[in-house]
Amino acid sequence: MNKPLVNVEGLRVEFPSKRGAIAGVQDVSFTIEPGEIICIVGESGSGKSVSAYTLMQLTKFSGGWVADGQLTLESGNGNEIDLRAADEAQMRTIRGNEIGMIFQEPMTALNPSYTIGWQLAESLQQHRDMSREEAAGRSVELLKQVRIPEPERRLKQYPHELSGGMRQRIVIAMALACEPRLLIADEPTTALDVTVQAEILALIRKLRDETGAAVLLITHDMAVVAQMADQVVVMQNGRVAEDGSVEQVLTDPQHPYTQALLAVVPKLGDMAGKTLPEPMETVATTDCRIDKPLQPGSRVLLDVRHLTKRFPIRGGWLGRTVANAHAVEDVTFRILENETLSLVGESGSGKSVTGLCILRLERPDSGEITFDGQDLLALSDEDMRLARRDMQMIFQDPYGSLNPHMSLLEQVIEPLRNFRLEAGSALEDRAAELFDRVHLPRAFLRRHPSELSGGQRQRVAIARALAPKPKLIIADEAVSALDVSIQAEVLNLMMELQAEMGISYLFIGHDMAVVERVSHRVAVMYLGRIVETATREQIFANPQHEYTKTLLAAVPTLDLAHRAQKWELATKPPPSPIHPVGYEPDPVHFEKVTEGHFVLRSGLSPADEGKDGP
Amino acid sequence: MPYLLKRVINSVILLLITVSFVFFACRMIGDPALNMLGPGANDIALENLRRAAGLNDPLWLQWVRYMGGLLQGDFGVSYRYGFSVIPEADLKDIGVPVVDLVAERLPATFLLAGVAMAIAVPLGLGMGVIAAAYPRHLADRLVTVLSLAGVSIVQFWLGLMLIVLFAVQLGWLPTGGYGEPAHVILPALTLAARPIGRIAQVVRSAMLDELAKPYVVTARAKGVAEWRVILLHALRNAAIPIITMIGDELSALLTGAILVEKIFAWPGIGLLIIDSLSRSDLPIIQVSIAVVATLVIIVNLLVDFAYRIIDPQIQLGQKA
Repeated sequence: MNKPLVNVEGLRVEFPSKRGAIAGVQDVSFTIEPGEIICIVGESGSGKSVSAYTLMQLTKFSGGWVADGQLTLESGNGNEIDLRAADEAQMRTIRGNEIGMIFQEPMTALNPSYTIGWQLAESLQQHRDMSREEAAGRSVELLKQVRIPEPERRLKQYPHELSGGMRQRIVIAMALACEPRLLIADEPTTALDVTVQAEILALIRKLRDETGAAVLLITHDMAVVAQMADQVVVMQNGRVAEDGSVEQVLTDPQHPYTQALLAVVPKLGDMAGKTLPEPMETVATTDCRIDKPLQPGSRVLLDVRHLTKRFPIRGGWLGRTVANAHAVEDVTFRILENETLSLVGESGSGKSVTGLCILRLERPDSGEITFDGQDLLALSDEDMRLARRDMQMIFQDPYGSLNPHMSLLEQVIEPLRNFRLEAGSALEDRAAELFDRVHLPRAFLRRHPSELSGGQRQRVAIARALAPKPKLIIADEAVSALDVSIQAEVLNLMMELQAEMGISYLFIGHDMAVVERVSHRVAVMYLGRIVETATREQIFANPQHEYTKTLLAAVPTLDLAHRAQKWELATKPPPSPIHPVGYEPDPVHFEKVTEGHFVLRSGLSPADEGKDGP
Repeated sequence: MPYLLKRVINSVILLLITVSFVFFACRMIGDPALNMLGPGANDIALENLRRAAGLNDPLWLQWVRYMGGLLQGDFGVSYRYGFSVIPEADLKDIGVPVVDLVAERLPATFLLAGVAMAIAVPLGLGMGVIAAAYPRHLADRLVTVLSLAGVSIVQFWLGLMLIVLFAVQLGWLPTGGYGEPAHVILPALTLAARPIGRIAQVVRSAMLDELAKPYVVTARAKGVAEWRVILLHALRNAAIPIITMIGDELSALLTGAILVEKIFAWPGIGLLIIDSLSRSDLPIIQVSIAVVATLVIIVNLLVDFAYRIIDPQIQLGQKA
């Protein structure tokens, strides 16, 4: 029998800390056979990346060291290379040569100061001793292999000139440059839009088939595991919780953690046949207390009509406007009291700008926004400030949206002070109440954000948003940065608060499975326009617009039967929302599908659909 | 290149504003004639000077005449060096043109600033890179202490100590003066201390930031040698703050070497400004400050162009 390509046994990696060495991973063992795809899955802090980085001795650059265990790589001629004992010179012949690596953030994984060609050629010159011309030739071949159009032109471009999906292809091409026998992919699609994710996953699979390289895929997403893996290693707190073939782990999980992890993954279609949102099962002990159905009211709380926002693009001698980016184009929707409307779309679709326009943090170019009977665009700045009391916002990044130098108490009571709602000791009482509401211990009030986990911080952000008792909360990708188990808890909390306090949500998101959980109604945005709007049930059961269908089809599912799903590999550059000054798009025309279900039939001119990106 | 033109026009406008500001400021610190000749001067001498220098005219007229002269390349003449008691004589006919006085000093200023930077840039870069490559090691701590010392050391004390050691005790170098290559070493070393420290600090922190970025891991994962990771990948991206700092320090050397020039009797432009201020020799002050301002503006322009060469994402004058 052939030897495995990689053998890891009893691995323990330690990192320095104030209290001495702590183990990042311990007692981790797995093998990788040639040509197989193995997924290491786990939540943040589970040690999944550390295990993979150690194979290339990359952990030492962040201070870590291998304290125990064995790491071997089959060298191609039957011998074994001891990856733990290899010195730096030998490691350099392995990195990028025997083992290639793909990273999570294509936006930052490439050096912004050098051309794509330079960066591709670097490892070829290093490992293959190629001349500049030879390297350029091979680079073109590689770009073709990862299906990048116009490869010759790309070589002269800088990373910032390319889209995220394109950059990730470049990173993959770089990893493939020297035909490695193992490809390590660290969350390669987490930062990408769902349709791009589907393309990249399909590409990795295809490249495995073409080159025969084994793939070690690190992910937090069970659905990605279901789509990609031959073998699965589930990690928790630096240890292996469970491993086995993908069928075994997904259909018959043995470890309680694996079972819990699978339970909290929102699955598309879970809610079929149900009209109202429902909380999810969670691993946490704080069970969700929703005792009445999430029935929306009948009064219109927010009425947005023909909202349009264009950002001028300046250039030339005097900084005149040379074009407009049509961020939001003629968007109309309503939110009822106690209702959740989800605005879904991919990056650049204009969903966040819509949210900012409602709060008037961005000034819309035209349109009407009526909130609770008030015409928001007609208010003075001071009146608008007061109106914001009833509309609060929760942001995506719980690390960035809290002030690191203020205690949580100060941050939660700040809105109360701003609107002069409470004073003196009542402030603190109210903060304590709010912390009870979001299930955080009161003792946390004295802490600072750095002392909390991501999920806890997002709870603080919610408490802060709740403080002035708003009628509407705009949640801009509020759970996207959280681990899946935490995500479920936060979603449940949001629904619980809705049941209790009658809050309306504008839920801005991109994850269709999450959207299906929480929404009463859904509006799909594409290129600044709403292309389809309907009740949650209608849109998931009967999507009408091409884009809605694409979006739904691209969501990876846990269903092993759908693995063979073919995804189109050819890249079509996304159409551009940038138009010359004076350009007026066609007026929107919606077709009524059934009661409450509308789909855009014009307004996106045919030229938009296939136009090149900027 | 429209951007270049735009920046040059902006710079010229900035320069005109600076020159005008200096012109008016000089005339607000009291009667220039009295300041120059001293409290004991007799009325005739004062009146002669005022008439000769045109100080009796209204301020706006003096300004128009001055700016008009500037645009024609006439920078005026020194009161001091050209003053004559001949009542009817016009200052212009007998005075020493200010331009000559300032031009005489510029080479010395350039030489001193140039040598100081030639010492400071490689040393500061090297110290910073080594500190960032071995964070928290002995080398890093040493660099931290040295750079802090360089930044905080008092210039005239350092200058005097260098004189005591190298000129008085060891006798290797002259205590001061100008003309021989040996003359420049001590003042340049004195001046270099601060830029060495500041450049090392900026290089260290910018490099630490860059080395923590994902593209560095990408480069290492490609099997790139560590020196390439540091010098080609990280240093290039850290270059923006480093160049900004070098530009700032160079500007400071061009304008602020007064103390060192005094200690080492170095005939630079700083010394000329100080001497002229104490004598209220307005034309010299005006022109010297204008020249220094021009130099600073040129350095800033160069720094801006360097940004564009280094960082492909910077489209100067345009929003990216």
